[in-house]
Amino acid sequence: MSEEKKHDGLSRRSFLKGVGGGVVGTAVLTSSRRTSAAEQYGDVVGPDAVEITLNVNGQKRTLTVDPRVTLLDALRDQLSLTGSKRVCNKGQCGACTLICNGRTVLACSMLAIDADGADVETIEGLKTGDQLHPVQEEFIKNDALQCGFCTPGFIMSSVALLRKNPSPSMEEIKYAVSGNLCRCGTYPHVFKAVHDAAQAMKKGG
Amino acid sequence: MAPWKELKEMTLLNKEVTRVDGALKVAGTAIYTYDVQRPGLLYGRILRSIHPHAKVLSVDTSEAEALKGVKAVLGKIKDEVNFVGDDVAAVAAVSEEIAQKALSLIKVEYDVLPFTVREQQAKKEDAPRVFSGRENNLGRSNENSEGDVEKGFQEADAIVEHMYHMNVQVHTPLESHGCVCEWRGDDLYMWDSTQGVHGTRSGMARALEIPENQIHVITHHMGGGFGSKFGPKSYNVVCARLAKKAGVPVKLMLDREEEMLAVGNRPSSWQKIKIGAKSDGTLTAFEMESFGTGGVGGGAGVPQPYIYHFPNWKVKHQDVHINAGAAEPMRAPGHPQANFAMESAMDELAEKLGIDPLEFRIKNDPNETRQQEYKIGAKKCGWDNRKPSGSQTGEKLIGMGVGSGTWGGGGNRRTEAIVNIYPDGAVDVKIGTQDIGVGTWTIVASVLAEELELDLADVKPFIGESDYPWAPNSGGSTTAPSVTPTVKLAAEAAMAKLIELLAEAYETTPDKISYAKKTFTLTESGEKIPWKKACAALDGKAVSEKAQWGEGLSSSGTAGCQFAEVEVDAETGRVKVKRLVAVQDCGLVVNMLTARSQVNGAIIGEIGYVLFENRLLDNDTGIMQNADLENYKIPGALEMPEFDVTFYDEHERGVIGLGEPPAIPGVGAIANAVANAIGVRFYELPITPDRVLLAIDKRKEGTS
Repeated sequence: MSEEKKHDGLSRRSFLKGVGGGVVGTAVLTSSRRTSAAEQYGDVVGPDAVEITLNVNGQKRTLTVDPRVTLLDALRDQLSLTGSKRVCNKGQCGACTLICNGRTVLACSMLAIDADGADVETIEGLKTGDQLHPVQEEFIKNDALQCGFCTPGFIMSSVALLRKNPSPSMEEIKYAVSGNLCRCGTYPHVFKAVHDAAQAMKKGG
Repeated sequence: MAPWKELKEMTLLNKEVTRVDGALKVAGTAIYTYDVQRPGLLYGRILRSIHPHAKVLSVDTSEAEALKGVKAVLGKIKDEVNFVGDDVAAVAAVSEEIAQKALSLIKVEYDVLPFTVREQQAKKEDAPRVFSGRENNLGRSNENSEGDVEKGFQEADAIVEHMYHMNVQVHTPLESHGCVCEWRGDDLYMWDSTQGVHGTRSGMARALEIPENQIHVITHHMGGGFGSKFGPKSYNVVCARLAKKAGVPVKLMLDREEEMLAVGNRPSSWQKIKIGAKSDGTLTAFEMESFGTGGVGGGAGVPQPYIYHFPNWKVKHQDVHINAGAAEPMRAPGHPQANFAMESAMDELAEKLGIDPLEFRIKNDPNETRQQEYKIGAKKCGWDNRKPSGSQTGEKLIGMGVGSGTWGGGGNRRTEAIVNIYPDGAVDVKIGTQDIGVGTWTIVASVLAEELELDLADVKPFIGESDYPWAPNSGGSTTAPSVTPTVKLAAEAAMAKLIELLAEAYETTPDKISYAKKTFTLTESGEKIPWKKACAALDGKAVSEKAQWGEGLSSSGTAGCQFAEVEVDAETGRVKVKRLVAVQDCGLVVNMLTARSQVNGAIIGEIGYVLFENRLLDNDTGIMQNADLENYKIPGALEMPEFDVTFYDEHERGVIGLGEPPAIPGVGAIANAVANAIGVRFYELPITPDRVLLAIDKRKEGTS
């Protein structure tokens, strides 16, 4: 890791862990070391704001966050990346789905400090220049969106699926987006869009 | 005024046109109210009542005000709270976390009062009062009748009589209610997740007692409403006051629990229904006594007798209040409730008479369009393969059912639009409607481009601001029939003006100029003038023409029917809708692609209503027990059927709204399909696995 991010104090997560495990004393004692949250996973940060660095859509972004702030709120409120939506704010709807270190995560249910040093891909980063990602293209073509509030989450789940499985069956597509809720009722068009995107990506390479 | 073009001449309307705002939405760059950021923005939160009914004796906000980062506090919003989730006080702070912390520091002294959250109890004379000081808990009531019901039942050879019950459904738009308020001098700028920028502006003006033209409501993109977002609501007023007090913009978005408690729901319905028919299948009489609750609101009435012709009928309805959040219109208010009870009773009566349920409907449905639609739907779903109810054994039981619906959906004559044509050839339209997810951006642009024979990319729609000409709330399926004729008429007026100015510039008369596909022709000389050159010739005079809605381009009144095929797992009790065939009339379909999306979505809503959704209120505390997206179940990807949607072509009727019509027929169709599969009928929604298993057990007991 090239740059070191300094902070001290006690993280909410470590603190809670500590309380649960009966090792809070240890956590407090080791808190005087100054080092990054990523390097000291499980170590203590906070309660004051902490500096973290995220590699967001290929750009290094350094920000200062309260340890209690979720990755979703940090992206939305501090980096103005409001494509990831806040709907249930407790991991029930998938509207904040993004890709963190290659895996889909629910950004509302991950602390920003836990993403320190991570590669974070959001809906805003899917485009190449002005060119939409094939999944985005097919969502438009198939009208796989209505109000569009759930759409970024669906697209991120679908992109993650196609990276792992370039030729998914209809059942695999449905399963891949089964953690994403939509109220307007775009599901059938979403299935078709993901299917068509898989075809397009195979052709386009 | 010219009529709509012939279908074959249309290049954009009645075609599959992708959304003009699609690229913004898939890229995550469409800015919804929730996404609005302003310099110095504060975060507002509302302290909500934990009691279903109480007097608010005092609200001490001193500790909250002293908290670092708190910038504005509103103490004691009301003297009496009437449901869990009612407004008590509010704060604005530099972060949401601080605002939340501040709420916990507000000390409220309540005088807790008796309450009721069961409408069966609430309607009784000795029930605890929902509102202190009222004589009872009864809301609006109505009675209506035609013919002689007693005589009608005497003529009947078979009669079905039951109580049908539907519980409360919650709208659950993905973007919660909320707004951002910013005062600029005496003017309020409010980004609001609303279904009506103009309606909200008018309401805010009344609430704040300031002139309408000092309020500017903006809704460029919004994350769904389904009827729950006809503003303003109390959060708007609270947010505006917090922003005024703090002197900086405030964002106040409701969280999911607040959304489920405080800003709308579909009322419950209890319908005691009696229907009778002769042995030849002719309906003779209908009688209903109903009640239902919209919580502290109303609107639980149902449009019975629904769909079918009864020479004799009598209905009586009573709204009952309970200590729960107020109802708001929800996608075809009253109709799914009426549909479930009527279609269930119709099926049972058909069975009693030994008549095929579809034949029974065809015999008693006076609507000519639906007569045709029944035939189309029956063929598509393979109605001939429907097995007698309860005739199957084994683990997977297949059933088929049918249901019907009707809706209005006409245009609002007050709607206005302005079309501008600029000297550089640019074209736009401004209309104060809003896109609640149905594709209004796209149809506004499509109508303008179609009318002016331009490409879609040549025109720019401006919608979603109350500073644009008046348009109605997006509700009642009125948006398309209000907006499309108005834009067309404004475009016509703009073209006429353009030709008039062009005639002056070319020293000829308007009748000697023709226009087609971006080119004007001087008919005498044959000279061609391309669009841009023509606009440049206007000598800097922009065309700006306003028009009001006109008759003849839209209609009201739709007919639809749906056929459901379900599979019931007799082991788990789970119902899976396998196939849903919808046949729907909505006049001239403006956009085939987004129209299909609307119908799909309406069907999915029906599935939720029939199989999953149920607001659960705890009788002892009045607290909603499933106020989140895990425990209040809405349909997901794995519950999707195969969709088969047909638009019954009646384009000559002009544009008719489509948001609500297809959200009705499937309710009865799905319920009837379940009854057909297992041989037991449900008189209560939702049809959840536990209820299915009990019903199957009951049937076994009955037959053993």
